[in-house]
Amino acid sequence: MKVYTLEEFASNNETPEIVFWVGCAGSFDSRAQRITYAFVKILNEAKIKFAVLGNEESCTGDPARRSGNEFLFQMQALQNIETLNMYKVKKIVTACPHCFNTIKNEYPVLGGEYEVVHHTQLIADLIKEKKITIEGGAFEGKKIAYHDSCYLGRVNGIYEAPREILRAIDSEYAEVKRNRSKGFCCGAGGAQVFKEEEEGSKGVNIERVEELLDVKPDIIAANCPFCILMMNDGVKNKGKEEDVMIYDISELIVQANKW
Amino acid sequence: MIQQIIFISILLVVGFFAYKSYSRIYKTIHLGKALDISGDTGQRWKNVLLVAFGQKKMFKRFIPAILHLFIYIAFLFTQIELIEILIDGIFGVHRFFADKIGFLYPIIINTIECLSVLALIATIIFLARRNLLKIPRLVKPEMKGWPTLDANYILIAEIFLVIGIFSMNGADSMLQKAGTDYFTNTGNLVISSAIGGAIFSGLEISTLMIIERVGWWLHILVVFGFLLYLPISKHLHIMLAFPTVYFSKLTSRGEIKNMPEIMNEVKSMMGLLTEQEIDPNADLPEFGSKDIFDLSWKNILDAHTCTECGRCTSVCPANQTGKKLSPRKILMDIRDRATEVQINIEVGAQTLNDYNDEKSLFDYISDEEIFACTTCNACVEACPIMLDPLEPILELRRYKLLTESAGPSDWLSMFNALESGGSVWQMPDQRFDWAKSLNEDSQN
Repeated sequence: MKVYTLEEFASNNETPEIVFWVGCAGSFDSRAQRITYAFVKILNEAKIKFAVLGNEESCTGDPARRSGNEFLFQMQALQNIETLNMYKVKKIVTACPHCFNTIKNEYPVLGGEYEVVHHTQLIADLIKEKKITIEGGAFEGKKIAYHDSCYLGRVNGIYEAPREILRAIDSEYAEVKRNRSKGFCCGAGGAQVFKEEEEGSKGVNIERVEELLDVKPDIIAANCPFCILMMNDGVKNKGKEEDVMIYDISELIVQANKW
Repeated sequence: MIQQIIFISILLVVGFFAYKSYSRIYKTIHLGKALDISGDTGQRWKNVLLVAFGQKKMFKRFIPAILHLFIYIAFLFTQIELIEILIDGIFGVHRFFADKIGFLYPIIINTIECLSVLALIATIIFLARRNLLKIPRLVKPEMKGWPTLDANYILIAEIFLVIGIFSMNGADSMLQKAGTDYFTNTGNLVISSAIGGAIFSGLEISTLMIIERVGWWLHILVVFGFLLYLPISKHLHIMLAFPTVYFSKLTSRGEIKNMPEIMNEVKSMMGLLTEQEIDPNADLPEFGSKDIFDLSWKNILDAHTCTECGRCTSVCPANQTGKKLSPRKILMDIRDRATEVQINIEVGAQTLNDYNDEKSLFDYISDEEIFACTTCNACVEACPIMLDPLEPILELRRYKLLTESAGPSDWLSMFNALESGGSVWQMPDQRFDWAKSLNEDSQN
């Protein structure tokens, strides 16, 4: 499985169908890297000609902008837009809802207009187009609870694509009390993940994990690397790390198909 | 005749004070920065119809939505009766519409009476929810004192309105039965003739006439009082909800307002602007918002429209886990600060162009509050009238970060990592190193 950069594509005078935007978490965090590998696997199985930016990628600037540090946001964003426009990028897929939101909604006014999809949307389409099939039965008897991330769900209104995949995985999947537009934050957004929480009665991630554990899941499915980091901590805090696994939806597909 | 003179005099006085206090609201809102909100009028009117008139977003919570709907529809229909009261009061006539619109009249009045009963029930349940059941979002710390009193005053005034309507109509239907000429036949008023029969039967005609007048005056005086009270109350939403919804943001929730002045500064640093586009004399202004003058008029309109229902706060992840941040309080603080500034200007203690009372929004809102926000947009989603508590929070953060270079020190390592390596974490590895293992595998 080789992953090519846009630079390599360009030097062969080729254009990829789509650019996979990996993001900081997917590039550097060892837990989130496993999501990157899973998604690369899916792209390969679906025979999609994709490229990454590799070392030419930098943070979209989401946490800088949401912390209030607009200078730093503009520096990241304008640099990325320069790079993307230089390669004449048309379509981008990313496994991070924060990267997804910033590139889709905040880059256009800065001069970066691309078609942007989240990996759950792309995967849902691949299933519908039968470019990948999912082996049933891998999760028989396992209950999967689904967590809506704020930036895919409430902010961008994408509730169904990840659910379509979960149904295709053919498991007993459970909704938690606060779902879809009422989904409860994991506590990471708005650059919170990079600082201590303010004083309160409990962590936001603990509140969310308690709600997820209420449905007695074997697996928590998510669509955002930062949600997964926060919920991993939450599940550990509850002493449930042996009983409840937290996976990105792409990882569940790889597991189901034993890829 | 004397009644007419008294009525017209009261009407003029009320009109005068109403004009003064509503123009104060207008001025207070326009203490905010100018902001051109236009475009897509179709979508804007659709929002007004569905969200403001149609109460669509209220129904995310069914029970309060239904109760609120009773009061809302009763309020809308009662306007017809109110117009009649005004005509009667000014021209000294009685039930002006009764013989003009024939069979429609009893239908309208009966409808109003049914709605008034429903509104009364809803009002009593609302009072109970606040004072007996103590629904958590209605008794949060920012509701202590005036906000709680304000809410209760409004509900009690509603009870008086309904008492006024039924004493007026109840006595009226008894007087009609007694065959008093002056009291025009209104057709059968089901509820008030029942009430009249039960409470007022056996009373002298003169007593009934007094009761009818007392009911009439009580009703209209409560309405006048209400009109003058609104501008100092959270209840202003009954008027402002409509313009607020019309002017609400239509672009994606995910897009935080761009700062073109910083974008251009960074572009010129990166050599992305042509010489003509760079203005060497451009002063970099203060960034973000410190006081209401730096917020947009729409932010201040939002703050005045908020009716303190607290749906935003009850879904805020920070608030629900015990942090100080409450989106509702942010809006209330903006409103209170704007009002303070406007009053200081009106009494001549300050001037608009040179305003400095050594206070700012940060005397109302602490850093602890603004930095607890996860930008999850739950508050924005929850608001039944499309208010946006998130935008001012981000504006205040911008002031802290960009103008004061303040903010949580934990963020510094993320900022440094971004600046030096383009990643949120300081990493010894190169960004693309994750693919090494895959690419090596594929070579073997």
